Amino acid sequence: MELTGAEITIRCLQAEGVDHIFGYPGGAVLFIYDELCKQNKVKHILVRHEQAAVHAADGYARSSRKTGVALVTSGPGVTNAVTGIATAYMDSIPMVIISGQVPTYAIGLDAFQEVDTVGITRPCVKHNFLVKDITELATTIKKAFYIASTGRPGPVLVDIPKDISQQKTEFSYPDSVFMRSYDPIIKVSLEQVKKAAQLILGAKRPMIYAGGGVILSNASTQLINLVQIMGFPCTNTLMGLGGYPATDKFFVGMLGMHGTYEANMAMQDCDVLIAIGARFDDRVIGNPKHFSNNERKIVHIDIDPSSISKRVKVDVPIIGDISDVLDDLIRLLRIDKEKLDLIALRAWWTQINLWRERDCLKYDRASTIIKPQMVIERLYEITKGDAFITSDVGQHQMWAAQFYKFDKPRRWINSGGLGTMGFGLPAAMGVQFVNPGSTVACVTGEASIQMCIQELSTCKQYNLPLKIINLNNRYMGMVRQWQEFFHGNRYAESYMDALPDFVKLAESYGHVGMKIESPGDIESALREAFKLKNRLVFMDFITDQTENVFPMIPGGKGLSEMILV
Amino acid sequence: MRHIISLLIENEAGGLSRVAGLFSARGYNIESLTVAPTEDSTLSRMTIVTIGSDDVVEQIIKQLNKLIDVIKVLNLSDGDHIEYELMLVKIHVTDKNREVIKHTTDTFSGHIVDTTDISYTIKLTGTTSKLDTFINTIGHSSILETVRTGASGIGRGERTLKV
Repeated sequence: MELTGAEITIRCLQAEGVDHIFGYPGGAVLFIYDELCKQNKVKHILVRHEQAAVHAADGYARSSRKTGVALVTSGPGVTNAVTGIATAYMDSIPMVIISGQVPTYAIGLDAFQEVDTVGITRPCVKHNFLVKDITELATTIKKAFYIASTGRPGPVLVDIPKDISQQKTEFSYPDSVFMRSYDPIIKVSLEQVKKAAQLILGAKRPMIYAGGGVILSNASTQLINLVQIMGFPCTNTLMGLGGYPATDKFFVGMLGMHGTYEANMAMQDCDVLIAIGARFDDRVIGNPKHFSNNERKIVHIDIDPSSISKRVKVDVPIIGDISDVLDDLIRLLRIDKEKLDLIALRAWWTQINLWRERDCLKYDRASTIIKPQMVIERLYEITKGDAFITSDVGQHQMWAAQFYKFDKPRRWINSGGLGTMGFGLPAAMGVQFVNPGSTVACVTGEASIQMCIQELSTCKQYNLPLKIINLNNRYMGMVRQWQEFFHGNRYAESYMDALPDFVKLAESYGHVGMKIESPGDIESALREAFKLKNRLVFMDFITDQTENVFPMIPGGKGLSEMILV
Repeated sequence: MRHIISLLIENEAGGLSRVAGLFSARGYNIESLTVAPTEDSTLSRMTIVTIGSDDVVEQIIKQLNKLIDVIKVLNLSDGDHIEYELMLVKIHVTDKNREVIKHTTDTFSGHIVDTTDISYTIKLTGTTSKLDTFINTIGHSSILETVRTGASGIGRGERTLKV
């Protein structure tokens, strides 16, 4: 039977097992929406801004092992979505974005709501397609899901002109696709793994540095095995938090610009560094010229060859899926484990524990003004460390990363690469849809939350019981911190004047609002909020305006050039 | 250092812009870029001449390989290869310089492919530096216009780039 392009699109989504898509209708996607409403396998979630649709699909993907899907119209629908797409691209999140386009005969004629979607999104997608022939629609969508979810994942956009969604053709959905130009299956080089094992067994001051690749590859179990068999210190990047349990004794905290003293010092002083699914980016290792205090060998495991020796030259690169590589590596290490220099390792731990004693995350717990760190610590306790935590971008993001001890992967959802303010709330919506019944909290600030505040309406429509932890310091905190450190305390435009009454704002959307002004009320307020299992609670914590995130490595400096409290 | 890179890419709309966009987005340099379909019309072959350190060129090749439509990439500069560029030069001729130009063209194994009362159009192939030398020999003042294709390269012997 012949189906329209719109029907085919929906059938493809059904065949891919998509249960939720996030979107916003418009002229160019009307046929697709018309088909959406005739079925109930794929549930459509109506957001209030296309950026939020993509962030929601992103949160959905990050907190599950599924591919997120967003649907937007042409022109402004797509341009609004670009921030979300770039966010997903920077963090390698599997996602398919379906966008409407003006009819094929109108393309290039400056039609109403026309933009060059393929051109605009090209630098921030893993791949994109413009479907010009209805007979290629189903295969193209299959390819999109295949590309998005394999290899190093990423967003893939399929642009469907309106007339294509209206035309008819025979439908069949391929079980698999073959692309001669794209083969994500990588055979791990055992030779390289052997070299790595040798280097690791000879280490006197080993260090494991694991990033978001561990989460994406679902290799947390293997990472835990590796660390525990060897007894090595392990740090996670911002993207890798939860990849190794934060409460374990081998964990030395997050590293990087706002990483712990012990993690950063161990990075600098180790003699064998094992980098796993991490990319040595500027927020993590600072200036590569200042990286390492001594001769040091680096093993780098990554699925993407272009991540190897991009910022830092490595000695033993291993290309492959981290799960596969770690399986092989652990097998080899187990055999020769007794070769390990345990005396040296013990001395290394003694040194690390001395660094730990520096207590780099200390803050004034006796303060009479709410310290943001304390809010996160209480949040951790009250949710028993088991919540999904999304965040926006800035100081609150760093405090959440430092003080919420993530023991499981896919629980910490934040925009690490692009650093997108406005990510937290819509991402939390996506997380809640794919994890119904789970506790989902969004840690945010009064600046970030206002970038996608309209989604409180979406939350009302779908009764999402999110808990919003607004660390309100009346400043764009991280901007203010940099201005304080590097721009002579000139707080150019970083003060958040004319803030709304967040309690009333939440209430006007039909939610519960709370304002918390005293440290003594933090715990009781959080308890009360989390008791409201079926309500969204917006908690406006009035925090210390002067608090800064420590430790801090100034831009362009090395890991051991930290500013400490 | 100058590198000459060959690649095979699916002959589909937008292929060139993906490659060109990659170079501009990552700040890589393009000296020249040529592209045309191969004997298999589903494939396009590009030759890109770029200048960069070995580290940068290593990244360029990895990033090119990462493009979904790119099938194969080869750094021709890593081994024996042949490269040619085609140039058409239109030169203003007078009774005074006519013979000199004919002679120079012969010396460089070029061909005069079109003549008018006032001009010769000369076709010349060779390496980029040979074409540069020709221009310098003729002298800029008598050149009306030039058009060059940029280098096309191919590996020697068994060094082939095929699907």
